[in-house]
Amino acid sequence: MAWTWFHRLGSPPYIYRLAGRLTPWFGWIGGLLLVAGLFDGLFIAPPDYQQGDGFRMIYVHVPTAWLSLMVYTAMAVAAATGLIWRIKVAHALAASCAPVGASFTAAALVTGMLFGKPMWGTYWVWDPRLTFELLLLILFLGYMGLRAAFDDTQRADRASAVLAVVGVVNVPIVHFSVVWWNSLHQGSSVSLFGKTTIYYTMLIPLMMSMLGFTCYCAAIVLVRLRAEVLRRERTASWLREALSA
Amino acid sequence: MSHYLDMGKYGIYLWPAYGVTLLVVILNIVWARQLLARSQADARRRLLSSGGPA
Repeated sequence: MAWTWFHRLGSPPYIYRLAGRLTPWFGWIGGLLLVAGLFDGLFIAPPDYQQGDGFRMIYVHVPTAWLSLMVYTAMAVAAATGLIWRIKVAHALAASCAPVGASFTAAALVTGMLFGKPMWGTYWVWDPRLTFELLLLILFLGYMGLRAAFDDTQRADRASAVLAVVGVVNVPIVHFSVVWWNSLHQGSSVSLFGKTTIYYTMLIPLMMSMLGFTCYCAAIVLVRLRAEVLRRERTASWLREALSA
Repeated sequence: MSHYLDMGKYGIYLWPAYGVTLLVVILNIVWARQLLARSQADARRRLLSSGGPA
């Protein structure tokens, strides 16, 4: 099998054009799914038998929490790819993930607090799930801070990539925290391999919302990736080509 | 209308949760676009200073 596609993905001009072409697709599909999913979740899905209309917060809380873990994983994989194969575009991708991931981790924490107050009677407890999600935010911020501390982009890439890769152990800890420990946080209602314990009228808007947030997030990361690739590039010929397009 | 604002007494938590999420969604769009515009402007400046036409 030819590896040309892999090599092309490491080429800044190719990535710049590809990301530009993909952005509107992810953006519009994500936007439409988000509007449909959230509208369905807010106004059409039936109220929960225990949590009443309060359960509708899952349509923003679950997708933002899912994105926080997924974006971190994507960032760590990109950083590892950059470290192992010395691909600059991979480092640029990792750097583009961090601010997006940090903002969604913060959103997951805030929506979780607003969910916790009426359901548990408190905004915050030092519960494993909540504590490790907070650690995830600190990891994102630490990654960004570490990058900002270097003037030299290559050194920033390497140092921050090590942090991103080491920090990835926190992702399964967050995910399984509700299984491993006696957590106040409820377990998953949706599972890829196990039993899904949510009725389909509530599940469909959740799936639309999660898919919508994911596509939207991909669009944002692609815009940031273009900016990051352009910032690093010094080759006049393709800069001219990229800017004229 | 007030039924939806109230959301069975959960409205005071639910709407701020949606508001915060919407804010994060909008800010990410604004920040990413600003970043790309700035990178493009910088790249243009680099090209000009290196002597070639932008």
